[in-house]
Amino acid sequence: MVAVYVPTSLRRLTNGQAKVEVDGDTLDMLIQNLELKYPGFRQALLDEGGGFHRFVNVYINNREVSDEVGMATPIGKDDEVAFVPAIAGGAGPLRFTPEQVKRYQRQIILPEVGPVGQRKLLAAKVLCVGAGGLGSPAALYLAAAGVGTLGIVDFDTVDLSNLHRQLLHGHKDIGRLKTESARDTLRDRNPDVNVVLHNVPLTSENALEIIGQYDIVVNGSDNFPTRYLVNDACVLLKKPLVDGGMFKFDGQATVFLPGKGCYRCLFPAPPPPGAAPSCAEAGVLGALPGVIGAIQAVETMKLILGIGEPLVNRLLLFDALAMEFREVKIRRDPECPVCGDNPTITQLIDYVEFCGLPRESALIG
Amino acid sequence: MPVQVRVPPLLREAVGGARVIEGHGDTVDAVLWDIERRHPGFRQRLLDEEGALRRFVNVYVNDEDIRYLNKLATPVRDGDTVSILPSVAGGG
Repeated sequence: MVAVYVPTSLRRLTNGQAKVEVDGDTLDMLIQNLELKYPGFRQALLDEGGGFHRFVNVYINNREVSDEVGMATPIGKDDEVAFVPAIAGGAGPLRFTPEQVKRYQRQIILPEVGPVGQRKLLAAKVLCVGAGGLGSPAALYLAAAGVGTLGIVDFDTVDLSNLHRQLLHGHKDIGRLKTESARDTLRDRNPDVNVVLHNVPLTSENALEIIGQYDIVVNGSDNFPTRYLVNDACVLLKKPLVDGGMFKFDGQATVFLPGKGCYRCLFPAPPPPGAAPSCAEAGVLGALPGVIGAIQAVETMKLILGIGEPLVNRLLLFDALAMEFREVKIRRDPECPVCGDNPTITQLIDYVEFCGLPRESALIG
Repeated sequence: MPVQVRVPPLLREAVGGARVIEGHGDTVDAVLWDIERRHPGFRQRLLDEEGALRRFVNVYVNDEDIRYLNKLATPVRDGDTVSILPSVAGGG
């Protein structure tokens, strides 16, 4: 018997079963036997000419069935066959192009990813808040891995002093908008990716509208007002937030999932202005954001793929000088004003005021 | 064997630049007083006028946040690690 994975949309034919077993030496035989057992199956998969509908992808043991062999593809009795409809509204073509097969080959051959996982990545929409130290490696790795839609929020321009750590930008980009420089770098890395630019400061007025367009948010912001703004917006919109921060030689990362705590549970309030110097004032080791931003990219990919143990309810601490990683626990605070049992913050507030900053201070994406 | 106290970059100048310093005492509060004796001014970097932990500074005994234990009265034993962790905004 061959194990057949039935997609959600066809489970009405199999009494809700996600997996059924039928005989068949070839794909053609298998589908005939499926039809006998579950009438309507054939019609759901094949068009009038007897070929697969364009919106159906067929995998045998996680490998996509090629068009050339098609229905004659032989099937072993321990094989697993999966019919996967293309994701509605998903990015990119319905089948992998030969270039995509080659580009993502070493990722697709991972059983935990496979063609199905690669499709999830291509259909995913991730927002990077900031195209700076953390945003650079995070966006570069996500683009390279084939995350189909990458939004970039930033309104800053590239400065020579950014280049020791911000890999998205080069010498030729000095003076350009970071979003535009980022788009060029990411497109060069992977033309599959749809890079969406938000060349504005993230504010209480636009955050819900911008973040609402994405599945996951990667935080690479460099100031407290934006951190609390992004946190609150993600809680209100129930979006996963892949958080990262750094200072001098130390970095930290964690993942906030809806209902499992948020940045305010970890740090209820920002330090008073001046109490915590910024990287601009205190300095930051150039390769440090490479470590933290790459961790954020890995966690984002795990969330999209639904694999592994996410970095949830754990704050990962990195000490570059000791070359040491440690973890401390994060709990959801039932008293949290935004994600607690009785939230008092139910819409976005004035984050510049919340952080005690003068009105004219800019919010950086 | 005393308690190891991990000092964040932001507070290292208050303890002569050390990343890790030893502290003695049965509770977090006692350990902080012990450090205060050697490095006057250290406590006020962590605590407000009422003696409560500032809201942008977390203290962990091993991997547990003392806000969810017994706050400053959380007991410590020889060999424990006390970590001080202020929030950091850097990312750019």
